[in-house]
Amino acid sequence: MTHTTATHPTPTWEGIKTVKFAMWLFLASEIMFFTGLIVAYIALRYSTPNWPVVRDILNVPLVALNTFILIISSVTMVTAYDRVEHGDHKGFPNFLLATAVLGLIFLSIQAIEWTALMGEGVLPATSIFGATFFTLTGFHGLHVTGGVIWVLWATRKAFRGGYHHDHLGVELVGLYWHFVDLVWIILFTIIYLI
Amino acid sequence: MHSAEGELSFWRKYVFSTDHKVIGKQFLFSSLFFFIVGGLLALLIRTQLAWPWEEIPVVGPLIYGEESGNILLPERYPALVTMHGTIMIFFFIIPILSGAFGNFLIPLMIGAKDMAFPRVNMISYWVMVPAFLVMVASFFVEGGTAAAGWTSYVPLSARPDMIPGSGLGQTLWIVSLLLVGTSSTMGAINYVTTIVTLRAKGMQMFRLPLTIWALFITAILVLLATPVLTSGLLLLLLDRTIGTHFFLPDGGGQVLLWQHLFWFYSHPAVYIMILPAMGMASDIISCFARKPLFGYRPMVFSIMGIAGLGFIVWGHHMFQSGMNPVLGITFMTSTMMIALPSAIKTFNWLATLWRGQLHLTAPMLNALAFVSTFVIGGLSGIYSAATPVDIFIHDTYWIVGHIHYVLFGGSLFGVFAAIQYWFPKMFGRTMSDRWGKVHFALTFVTFNCVFFPMFILGERGMPRRLADPYNYNFLASLQPLNQFMTVSAYALALSQIILFANFFVSLYRGRAAVANPWLANTLEWTTSSPPPLENFHTAPVVHRGPYEYSSPEVSEDWLPQDRVLGGAAAD
Repeated sequence: MTHTTATHPTPTWEGIKTVKFAMWLFLASEIMFFTGLIVAYIALRYSTPNWPVVRDILNVPLVALNTFILIISSVTMVTAYDRVEHGDHKGFPNFLLATAVLGLIFLSIQAIEWTALMGEGVLPATSIFGATFFTLTGFHGLHVTGGVIWVLWATRKAFRGGYHHDHLGVELVGLYWHFVDLVWIILFTIIYLI
Repeated sequence: MHSAEGELSFWRKYVFSTDHKVIGKQFLFSSLFFFIVGGLLALLIRTQLAWPWEEIPVVGPLIYGEESGNILLPERYPALVTMHGTIMIFFFIIPILSGAFGNFLIPLMIGAKDMAFPRVNMISYWVMVPAFLVMVASFFVEGGTAAAGWTSYVPLSARPDMIPGSGLGQTLWIVSLLLVGTSSTMGAINYVTTIVTLRAKGMQMFRLPLTIWALFITAILVLLATPVLTSGLLLLLLDRTIGTHFFLPDGGGQVLLWQHLFWFYSHPAVYIMILPAMGMASDIISCFARKPLFGYRPMVFSIMGIAGLGFIVWGHHMFQSGMNPVLGITFMTSTMMIALPSAIKTFNWLATLWRGQLHLTAPMLNALAFVSTFVIGGLSGIYSAATPVDIFIHDTYWIVGHIHYVLFGGSLFGVFAAIQYWFPKMFGRTMSDRWGKVHFALTFVTFNCVFFPMFILGERGMPRRLADPYNYNFLASLQPLNQFMTVSAYALALSQIILFANFFVSLYRGRAAVANPWLANTLEWTTSSPPPLENFHTAPVVHRGPYEYSSPEVSEDWLPQDRVLGGAAAD
C-alpha cells in the first residue's frame, strides 16, 4: 500500500503530488486505527479499579531513553530529506542509514523490555494492564518494523543513486517515519508517564 | 508487463487487470453472486418463521443434511441470521456501490483515463477474493459459520467455547472482515485521490455529478471509520487467540467497548451503504425528469451534513445496552438532526420531479422507488431514534423493518436503477426496458408485502433473531402474517430471476448501445459504449455543470458538460 505504483494517468491538479496526497490519506486512516486502540486503552484503564502503579512495573528510565532514540531518528530522517533537497546526493544516504539503525536500536530495547516484563509474569493474558500494554506497544512496534524495512529499502536505493532526479520517495518514507515517531510520543505519555 | 494497447494477455486483461472498468465489473459480478447467496439465506430464515422446524421438500435434505434430520437445528438459526446480514452488507451492498459503481464511474464521470493508482485498485479487488473464500469456507468448518449476529456482539463472539458458531467460524468471520476492511481502505484512498487530483480540465468540484460527490464523501467515511473497526476486530481476535480479556468481564474487560468500537464504524457504514445510492438516484431522476437537479449545492452540503453527523450518532444503536442514559439523550438529539439534511434531499428530489417531463423507464421507476421507500425507512428511523420509543421497539421486527426499508428499499432499488441505467455504458448493449418494468413492478409490490408487515410484527412485540416465536402465546397469532410475508418473500426472490435473466441475456443478445442512449449530460456518455481502454479518445474539457437539461441555450433538451457552445462558451 505504501509503495504506491505507476501513476500513468496524468494529473490535472498540481496543488500537491498525487502520491503525497494519498500518503496523507493513508496516514489519516492510520491515525484512526491508533485512535481505536488508544480509546480502548483509556476506557479499560478508567474502568479497572486496581490499575498498577506504572513506574513500579515498567522501566520508565530505559523507555525514556528509547523515546529519545526514536526522536533522534526523526532528526536524522529530516536531515536526510534536507540534504537531498539541497542536492547533497553523497551525504544524505548516510542519514537514512542512521535512521534505520536508530529504529533497530529502538526495537531491540523494546524487545529487552518485553522479555524482562514477561519474565516478571506480566503477560497479555494475565491482566488488562498486560493486554493493553503489549497490544499498543506491539502494534506500534510492528509499524516501526515496517518503517525500518522501508527506510532500509530507501537507503539501498539512495546509495545506488535512485533519488538523483526525484526525491519524493525520501519525503514519503519521512512522512511515515515521523508519523510512527509521533504515535510513540503519545503512547509513551499515556502508558508510561500518566 | 505488457504496455502496448491491445496485446494484453488474457490474465492481464480480465483477471489481474488494472483497468478501472474491468475491476468495477469484477466487483459487480462477485457482489451479484453474493446477492444470490444472501438472498437464499433470507429465504431459509423466512421459511423457518412461517413453518418452524418443518422439513423443506427437496432442498431441506440438501442444505441441512441427514445428521440434523433434514431440518434446521435450533442453534443454527442465529447462524443464518448472522450470515444473511454479513453477506448482504459486506459482500453485496458495500462492494456493489463503492466497488462496482465507484470503480466504473469515478474516472469516467470526472473525465480521467483511470484511477490515480491503477495497481492499488487491482490489489483492492484481489484482497476481497480471499475475504470471499474465507467467509465461504466458514460454512464448512466444525460448528459452522459465525452465529453472534452481523454485529458479533461480545462475549458471544469473544471466546471459542460459547456456542457452536463461536469456534473457528467466528475466527474466519473476523479474518474475512479484516480483509474486507483493508480492501475498502485501499479503495477509499484511491477514490479520494483520484477525485481530487485527476478531474478533467474545467471540472470544478461544484461541476461534479452528485454520484461522484456521494462516492467521494463515502470514501472519506470509509477512510476514517474502517480503521476503527480494524482495531476492534484485532482486539477481538487477540481475545480469542492469545487469551486477552479486552471484551470479557471475567478478566476485567468491557463488553460495551466492543459495541462502541463496532458502531463507531458501523453507523457511518450505514451511510456508506446509502449515500452512493442517493447520488446515483439524483443523476437518474434529473436525467429522466429532463430538468436540472433542484438545489445542487444544498444536495452536496446535505451529503456532507449526513456524513459529518454520521460520526456522532453511533450510540443510538446502544440505548438499551446499559450505556449512560445522559449519553443516550445526546445521541438521540444528534440522530434526529440527520432528519434535516435527509429531508433537504427528499424535498429536492420531489422538486426536481415537479413539472418535469417524466420518462418512466425502468431505471427511473427504480429511482422513484428509492425515494419513496427511503422516506418510509427514514421516517421509521426517527421513531427508533427517540429513546422512549426505542425502549419498546428495540430488538423487535420494527428495527428489522426499518433497516430493510433503508437498505433494500433505499440502497437496493438504487442499485437496480444504477445497473439498468449504466448497463449500456458498461457492456455496450441495452437491457430490455419492458422486462425491467415487469421486474420493477413485481419487486416493488412483493418488497412492500415482505417488509411492511415487519413494522406490525414489531409493534406487536415480536423479537428479532428468534427461531420459533410461536412458543410464546402472545405471538402465536402472528404466524399467518408471517406466512404471508414468507410467500411474498418467495415471490420477491423469484422476481429477481427476471432481473438476472434480463441482465445475462442482454449481455449477449441485447441491442447494441449508442454512446448516449438516455441523452444524458455527464461525461461518461460522451465516449463510446463501452469506452476504450483509457476511456476518452480526446481528453474532455468541461464547460458547465452536469444537470443542464431543457436549457434555453440549445434546441435539444440536453446539454453535455463538454459541449462548446458557438461563440461565447459558457466557461
